[in-house]
Amino acid sequence: MDHLTALENKSIYIIREAFNQYKSLTLLWSIGKDSTTLLWLVRKAFFGDVSFPVMHIDTTYKFPQMYEFRDKYAKEWGLNLMIEKNQSALNRGIGYATHDGFTCCHELKTVALQQAIIKHNLKAILVGIRRDEHGIRAKERYFSPRTIDFKWNAGEQPPELWDQYKSKIGKEVHVRVHPLLHWTEVDIWEYIKRENIPISELYFAKDGQRYRSLGCMPITKPINSKADSLDKIIKEIKESKDDERAGRSQDKESMNTMEKLRALGYM
Amino acid sequence: MNDNQLKFVIAGHVDHGKSSLIGRLLYDTGSVSKAKIREVEEICQALGKDFELSFLMDHLTEEREKNITIDTTQTFFKTKERDYVIIDAPGHKEFLKNMITGASLAEAAVLIIDAKEGLKEQTKRHAYMLSLLGVKQLIAVINKMDLVDYSQDRFNELKNELSQHLNKLGLKPNYFIPISARAGDNIAEISKNMDWYKDLTVLKALDSFKNKIKFNNLPLRLPVQMVYNDLLLGQVESGSISQDQEVILMPQNIKAKIMEIKKWQADPETAETGDNIGFKLADQALVERGNVICSVETEAKSRKEFTATIFWMSAKPLKENQEFELKLTTQLTKAKIKKIHKIMDSSDLEILNKKEINETEVAEVKIETEKEIIAENFYFIPELGRFVIIKGEDIAGAGTVSN
Repeated sequence: MDHLTALENKSIYIIREAFNQYKSLTLLWSIGKDSTTLLWLVRKAFFGDVSFPVMHIDTTYKFPQMYEFRDKYAKEWGLNLMIEKNQSALNRGIGYATHDGFTCCHELKTVALQQAIIKHNLKAILVGIRRDEHGIRAKERYFSPRTIDFKWNAGEQPPELWDQYKSKIGKEVHVRVHPLLHWTEVDIWEYIKRENIPISELYFAKDGQRYRSLGCMPITKPINSKADSLDKIIKEIKESKDDERAGRSQDKESMNTMEKLRALGYM
Repeated sequence: MNDNQLKFVIAGHVDHGKSSLIGRLLYDTGSVSKAKIREVEEICQALGKDFELSFLMDHLTEEREKNITIDTTQTFFKTKERDYVIIDAPGHKEFLKNMITGASLAEAAVLIIDAKEGLKEQTKRHAYMLSLLGVKQLIAVINKMDLVDYSQDRFNELKNELSQHLNKLGLKPNYFIPISARAGDNIAEISKNMDWYKDLTVLKALDSFKNKIKFNNLPLRLPVQMVYNDLLLGQVESGSISQDQEVILMPQNIKAKIMEIKKWQADPETAETGDNIGFKLADQALVERGNVICSVETEAKSRKEFTATIFWMSAKPLKENQEFELKLTTQLTKAKIKKIHKIMDSSDLEILNKKEINETEVAEVKIETEKEIIAENFYFIPELGRFVIIKGEDIAGAGTVSN
């Protein structure tokens, strides 16, 4: 079995396990390459169906191209798309013009997600994070329980072995399911190429720049790049000595920002 | 399972240099980004320390402040030969369940021993866990050779002591390598400080290891994961399957035939070990999750009683006749320990004269299940010979079937 097929099989097993175990399930779709790949794998796992809702946490600060992409494929793939915002924070005027990245990220993503979990009584959320993105994410489990206040205690995680994952949760708890945990950035791109997965145009170089990771427009910076095709992107990443999320300022405004964000419930 | 990727765990006692060795492997193979090195430099400065290789791996504030690894983590690097996943495992006894979570994924292991301190409690405990998990490809590294003046005598002394101990566990390291993770001796380059050592570097030793062998040649075992519309879904755990194949549905013990194999936008005629497929049987009305599709040729071991070695990962102890749930692939049943044959300290293997199994202890037991399940000897079909024990909401223990 080749490398990508082995990765795919493990992800499909986890997706089916989550679907079988948790009836109130959703996929968190950020419109980026990872969660779009995850969405593709869900379609693969269920022979083209996406039989549970897909959720976009909309900070209202995404790129116009991302909204277009979202709406196009939500229609084409017949998704039951839920768009959730932290409306009260937006009403209070929380935004990048007046607030720092940490506050915006926390309020417009994490709190918005928290509200959506309560609103829809969600028990499990598929999230497209990967171990190689960030050292903190490398410590995640495939099935990671969270209390309603979203606390994640990295040192006290449940054991996970031999394809056996956390299958029971208490009342006030939901599970983050991470089917892409074992994929690398290069794996994702090679799989996108192999499967011909549609992906936002923002990832491809235009006028000497492209986005390597997509987030909120005000705090997401492009990288200098001539990679305007999948092959060139794969080559560029393989040779790169920079971090994938170098353009994402919420990870590094101060030491351990990512750890603090995640302890509060960030993806 | 992967053609070109090897997953290995670095195990050993606390402070013997696991995270430093990983930092060194990443550093010497050019796998660390510039930004990462800058970040670690800043953190070390802020904490008033010299550049600390281990910080490339230990990411939690608590880990960096206390200079320990709390949770298992994984990172990626590559040599000219292949891609690697390194699994870092915490060395403290109280984080053993995190070590097991990490080590359960490993195809190979590096056991690290401090040249000055020698074999310690967790060195032995980790070695035992590796043997229980069935990890066979092993490199023993004697670290911090710079602190013992690169002494060949000290190296040989530890090598002998370790060999003797591992022998008791049925483990035989493929290599013994004297290293200094901090100084970079014998990791990527042969050290000039130990001209008496002529064998492989750590990287070359890793490159010589094989990927986990596939089990296509084993008898077919395909547990049903779920029923989805008119399809049964499952992962081929061992063997292979093809259309029109005659099979046995267990534990009902009914003859059946594979009518169709299905993937998205594909109707493959065969599926191999590790494939996640949809499939149909001629008569599948009563099939449910936890049933196992088995080959006709090799009879599956269907039973309600078996002996096993279990290791306990929960603060609440386990006693005879206490009810729990046992999960083996997708098979789930109520079960209990009918008899505890012996309980051992997982470090020194001392037999403990007691009635309950405590956290980090290992026991040989007889298990009785409520439902009939397919449980094979771990050394025959590993995927069908290992299980977890669920108490309350969590996995509290795990075990391998011996008979």
